[in-house]
Amino acid sequence: MTRDEIRAAFIADLTAVAPDIAPESLRDNDHLQDDLGLDSMDFLNLVSALHNRFGLPIPEADYPRLATTALAVTYLDQALAG
Amino acid sequence: MTKSIIRKPGRTGGSPLLETGWVAARARMAGLPGGGLNIAHEAVDRHVIEGHGDQTALVWLGREGQRQSFSYADLATDAARFANVLRAQGIGPGERLFLLSGRVPQLFAATLGALKAGVVVSPLFAAFGPEPVRARMEIGQASVLVTTEVQYRRKIAEWRADMPSLKLVLIIGDTAPDGCIALGPAMAAAPTTSETVGTMPEDMALLHFTSGTTGLPKGVVHVHEAVVAHAETGRLALDLHPGDIYWCTADPGWVTGMSYGVISPLCNRVTMVVDEAEFDLDRWYTILERERVQVWYTAPTAIRMLMRAGSEAAKGRDFSALRFLASVGEPLNAECVIWGQQVLGLPFHDNWWQSETGGIMIANTADMDIKPGAMGKPLPGVEAGIVARDGDTVTEQPDGAIGELALRPGWPSMMRAYLGQPERYARCFAGGWYLTGDLAMRDSDGYYWFVGRADDLIKSSGHLIGPFEVESALIEHPAVAEAAVIGIPDETAGEVVKAFVTLNAGYEAGEALERELRGHARKRLGPAVAPREIVFRDSLPRTRSGKIMRRLLRARELGLPEGDLSTLEGDAR
Repeated sequence: MTRDEIRAAFIADLTAVAPDIAPESLRDNDHLQDDLGLDSMDFLNLVSALHNRFGLPIPEADYPRLATTALAVTYLDQALAG
Repeated sequence: MTKSIIRKPGRTGGSPLLETGWVAARARMAGLPGGGLNIAHEAVDRHVIEGHGDQTALVWLGREGQRQSFSYADLATDAARFANVLRAQGIGPGERLFLLSGRVPQLFAATLGALKAGVVVSPLFAAFGPEPVRARMEIGQASVLVTTEVQYRRKIAEWRADMPSLKLVLIIGDTAPDGCIALGPAMAAAPTTSETVGTMPEDMALLHFTSGTTGLPKGVVHVHEAVVAHAETGRLALDLHPGDIYWCTADPGWVTGMSYGVISPLCNRVTMVVDEAEFDLDRWYTILERERVQVWYTAPTAIRMLMRAGSEAAKGRDFSALRFLASVGEPLNAECVIWGQQVLGLPFHDNWWQSETGGIMIANTADMDIKPGAMGKPLPGVEAGIVARDGDTVTEQPDGAIGELALRPGWPSMMRAYLGQPERYARCFAGGWYLTGDLAMRDSDGYYWFVGRADDLIKSSGHLIGPFEVESALIEHPAVAEAAVIGIPDETAGEVVKAFVTLNAGYEAGEALERELRGHARKRLGPAVAPREIVFRDSLPRTRSGKIMRRLLRARELGLPEGDLSTLEGDAR
């Protein structure tokens, strides 16, 4: 998968969990919880959706690496390559 | 239920040997020099007067890694400045001040300063959407709002002009939008001393909102006398001692974060740790370890999130400072209690209370054997019972029987009213009992066990959510004809909100509409209250009188017995 494809997939899962977020207004460095208003249950649901989509284990210790779209795309890109 | 008792042989109790009971607790209050009782004085000023002004009251941990300490003298000064800001703006005793902000130091100054000025404090959860915020401020007839610029623009600005009672909006920071005042410069310019208003014990101090099954949220009124229970229950149920380092993870936007994240710890002269950030595994373990937290009060949802990460994540950490762990919000399953013992070296002590009780009523205390899953026993001064209610007749139930948990009125932090709703308040009392709305059972050892709600309220991440408020927001969407909202079990949050809707003609059920409706609900209600799942139905089950049967939807959803369907309308069976 290219980074653009990963990004599109991430945004699809994010806006499925939090459909109040308009994809076009999303900035890559928006913090999911502080800026976009996700709560911790939303975050767990997002992790679970990403896990199902990518088939990757995402351990709790890695959650801070999903704090923004930009960080998450990098993280997923590396994890898929590894 | 008794096989996994956690025994504490030899534990003689960590609390100093003080006389228990409300009379003795009341006698330990300082009281105002000129007579009267004021929460802010008991929380801060008395400690400064008694020579403890240099002790650290608050260690604030910022999201970006900042660490700021405030002594009791600092808090007293900030509270005085804030009280003077209110006075300068013409805000007087009895007026209502609402708080809507994340966990920042100004929240503590504002809370204490308002109480000092005799102004009533009403905390709001910062993750509420604009509708819950507006509804609560209208019911509470807000005069003052303390918030941030971001919150103001997102949730207030649009309807501010429609709320004539709202005279003053204070914005945390150094700048403010039109029509608002920046708190930073106002505080800096204000005098550093301020005489505490001579509030009397029965004067209103706090207004907490709680959800109802029907209708608007209820404004639960607490008075300054509540401080007697805040102080005493912190000592008895949380084992707080002067000088302890204490971390309450609850947000001051909810009742736990106000009673046990501000008032009780300060009255007990502890050092409070406050973290601005949301839950983060590594961050939380680091705070426990680095800040040398001794007493930790958290919630089952958070404990379950720690458990999900496994015990590996806690390996190699030094939790040796921890002395007492407590949890509130919903029953703590045995696995959580035992996990605490294995990973943190101590078991969690569950306790029970609600907005209406103002403070902890039933608890597993430090010197008690713990029965994992039980809420514990009534604290000294609290008389509890399990009752069956039939109209105005209330009958006490024997050990082992399930009934409504009831308390004998009269403890200091008992609510004094639902603001403006005397009938609703009166319905909470019958036969000399306050009826809690929670179903419970008492075992033969006197421990109480939570069974469920007696009504349709949903308990998600420890917070009560009223289905009516959620249904009302859904129905505002043009596609929705009717809506019914229930709680479904969730392994992390206890329950999550699920909605069933029927559609108006011309709308197509499907994934796109499901998302649109969830997005709509989240914008209005915020993520903590909005449904996590919405499903479409052709009809919803109703009683013959037209009331939607949420209970039946829930029974069907969970595969439970459906009960008596004789009152159900034919076509929805």
